[in-house]
Amino acid sequence: MKPALYPPEQQHPTMTKKKIGDVILDVKNISLRFGGVKALTDISFNVKEHEIRAIIGPNGAGKSSMLNCINGVYTPQDGSITFRGKTFSHMNSRQVAEMGVARTFQNLALFKGMSVIDNIMTGRNLKIKSNLLMQALRIGPAEREEIRHREYVEHIIDFLEIQAFRKTPVGQLPYGLQKRVDLGRALAMEPQVLLLDEPMAGMNVEEKQDMCRFILDVNDEFGTTIVLIEHDMGVVMDISDRVVVLDYGKKIGDGSPDEVRNNEDVISAYLGTSH
Amino acid sequence: MLTTFPQLLLKHAAERPTAPALREKEYGIWQTHSWADLVRLVEQVAAGLHLAGLQRHEHMVVIGANRPRLYATMLAAQSLGAIPVPLYQDAVGAECVFPLNNAEVRFCLVEDQEQVDKLLEIREQCPQISNIYFDDPRGLRNYEEQGLASLDSLIEAGKAHVAKNPQWFQSEVAKAQPDDVAAMFFTSGTTGNPKGVVHTHSTLLDRASAGAEFDKLTSSEEVLAYLPPAWIGQNIFSYAQWLACGYVVNCPESASTVTIDLKEVGPTYYFAPPRIFEGLLTSVMIRMEDAGTIKRAMFHACMSVAKRVGPALMDGEPVGTLDRIKYALGNLLVYGPLRNNLGFSRVRVAYTAGEAIGPDLFTFYRSIGINLKQLYGSTETAVFVCLQPDNQARADTVGVPIRGVEIKVADNGEILVKSAGLLKEYYKNPKATAEVLTADGWYHTSDAGFLDAHGHLKIIDRVKDVGRIKGGANDGAMFAPKYVENKLKFFPHIKEVVALGDGREKVCVMVNIDFDAVGNWAERRNLPYAGYTDLAQKPEVYELIRECIEKVNADLATDTMLAGSQVSRFLVLHKELDADDGELTRTNKVRRGFIAEKYAVLVDALYAGRTEQYIETQVKFEDGRTGSVSATLKLSDTKTFAPVKAAA
Repeated sequence: MKPALYPPEQQHPTMTKKKIGDVILDVKNISLRFGGVKALTDISFNVKEHEIRAIIGPNGAGKSSMLNCINGVYTPQDGSITFRGKTFSHMNSRQVAEMGVARTFQNLALFKGMSVIDNIMTGRNLKIKSNLLMQALRIGPAEREEIRHREYVEHIIDFLEIQAFRKTPVGQLPYGLQKRVDLGRALAMEPQVLLLDEPMAGMNVEEKQDMCRFILDVNDEFGTTIVLIEHDMGVVMDISDRVVVLDYGKKIGDGSPDEVRNNEDVISAYLGTSH
Repeated sequence: MLTTFPQLLLKHAAERPTAPALREKEYGIWQTHSWADLVRLVEQVAAGLHLAGLQRHEHMVVIGANRPRLYATMLAAQSLGAIPVPLYQDAVGAECVFPLNNAEVRFCLVEDQEQVDKLLEIREQCPQISNIYFDDPRGLRNYEEQGLASLDSLIEAGKAHVAKNPQWFQSEVAKAQPDDVAAMFFTSGTTGNPKGVVHTHSTLLDRASAGAEFDKLTSSEEVLAYLPPAWIGQNIFSYAQWLACGYVVNCPESASTVTIDLKEVGPTYYFAPPRIFEGLLTSVMIRMEDAGTIKRAMFHACMSVAKRVGPALMDGEPVGTLDRIKYALGNLLVYGPLRNNLGFSRVRVAYTAGEAIGPDLFTFYRSIGINLKQLYGSTETAVFVCLQPDNQARADTVGVPIRGVEIKVADNGEILVKSAGLLKEYYKNPKATAEVLTADGWYHTSDAGFLDAHGHLKIIDRVKDVGRIKGGANDGAMFAPKYVENKLKFFPHIKEVVALGDGREKVCVMVNIDFDAVGNWAERRNLPYAGYTDLAQKPEVYELIRECIEKVNADLATDTMLAGSQVSRFLVLHKELDADDGELTRTNKVRRGFIAEKYAVLVDALYAGRTEQYIETQVKFEDGRTGSVSATLKLSDTKTFAPVKAAA
């Protein structure tokens, strides 16, 4: 009765317990410099299919730069990124998006004057086939296509429980809801990998709980692989499967939340040590 | 009209197969289910339940919001002769244990993951639960509990059975008799365990059709179902009357979209407790305060016309031509757009019930042309006992007995009701049944009240709370604390009131001011205050409260039965009554006895005629720590009035 949110080939109806698959994204020896500033030095880690992978680290550790490299916004000087078996030394952001990697932003980059629906619709941009002229005139196929995409967007609105704000301009919404819309727009791309840059920054406890639930639900219902940057340690330790720790552009820890928590280097980076 | 719910379903499907029965907003669009669609769905669910082993006369629990497939499941259970028991979706797990065990429930249908979790949490305490079905599969993918299955899978199983036995459903439906039990509703029960109120097809349908007849409801009504289906009010409005009349029930998209959905649907028949109407009015007022000067001036000018003319027009009383023109202009500029904005453009009949409604609130809606009325009833009476006729709606009565209702006032003031809609019994509780349902067929409501000169029922209080004044000028007069308290609470400056007087020579009240309202009032008067306690003891505030009380006294003086309940003395409490301190119940009702004991010093001071009293009170903070508040309270006299014989 209900149309499926994801096309059948991406559904996992037989998945009864969360199943972490093979490596989907492999980052090897990435170094990124801005002039003399070394943002990232020789970073390697991988992300497995269906897992929630967190990147943590103090301010300025290079977390967002790392995400920007994966996302194709920055081109690292050294190293390679392998996505689904294909290796790239650099990518452009459109290519990355077309391969099924979506992201949300630390400082919301929504269209404040547009409604929630329109904002999420922009996430369907790459999927829309009809050209500008046809869309402007709403000629047959363009209209049908729009209806199809709108339906998809409505499923996301339902999923994120923002039905009451469908037609509200995004700028009028509280911050926590704007973050949810940002997530919705990323989901509209039907991503295989979702990059979340501090999805819970600036939220109150309740909003954080909601966001955690949505992240877990996305991961669980659609099997989407999630890479997230987060400062709230409680959240990271609770929801992620594996954690990478960066400090001053170097990787200082990698492993399950428990392993990371007991790592000497990580403790000293966060709490400081007496020398 | 002797029939059953499933038979009515078949009747509508046969007569008007393509007419809409239910609408649900999903994915931004109102999806319509016709009567024919609904029969098909009910048939499949019934077949699925039959195959799963649901027995005739067995109880089946349904938990969730108003969703078409939940309604279909209730109908499916009734088709098999089983008894749906709706439970509140916001009740916590522990509260569901008693009903589940009391009714020996094996089968449950719940709406979503939240409800599934709730049942799984208490499963050990209810070991008989064998089958749990869920409507919305979201988040339930990885659940591997024994007996947990989706409603979709149940429907699939049912489809195969229906295909093989096309006549099976009809014959099952035909087996049910009107006097079979149709549904059971658990009443909240402030003390002890909840009681299961058992209703048959005929009790519910008799009242549903009597109510429909009274307001001339037709199959073209539109209703928005947004209150919990476990509450008999919602159940009658969107289930019993829905099937009795064959109108359209609309299910909102989610709890947070109700106001939007209300506007889109434009119901013609609407029901809400007073607090919903109050919330709507407050939101209008706040938005008007933020509006531009011209709009605001226009709004207030038109509303003063409406207040003067509107109710009279509503009641069909004569109104001057000039006033009619003014009202028509106001309707064009303000009332019409306002009704539209509230989603009440098409409302023909709107009801409020459950608690007392403030006269200002009540008049506001009637003055802008919404036919808001009150009704009286309870779970045990299948709601409809008294309704207000269109032209005779008043804030302080609850209407006239409708078709099939007999009302008698017992010697102690208790209202007794006899109708074809009375409960069959409290489930497995003959003792409680005998207490309310006497052998001569009268149901004891435990409400005290009387029929006024116009034949309208007036409720004054719970019987057990009604007392007598002893000694003094009004010796032996009736004292109804809640009636007095409610009258005072309708003033925006008063938040809570505790009225004392049973067995004493006069009535005294302790008042809690509404900090926001009085604070605002004080600011506008440049009246400085340090905090709640300080503000409460300002002489100006005492003057303000005294005026309110004297208005109430003047009003009570015109009431032949309650003139003796006029308030002689009052004080304003130094702290807000709080549930954490045990002064209020969790549903914010004052615990009169407890308060009288806790503040015995103040009570004594009131009756001893003192003008000042020092008191120290323990308070509990939200984090569990305790502290104490002390203050010297003023006690003040108020003017009372000689009883006036009401004209006519």
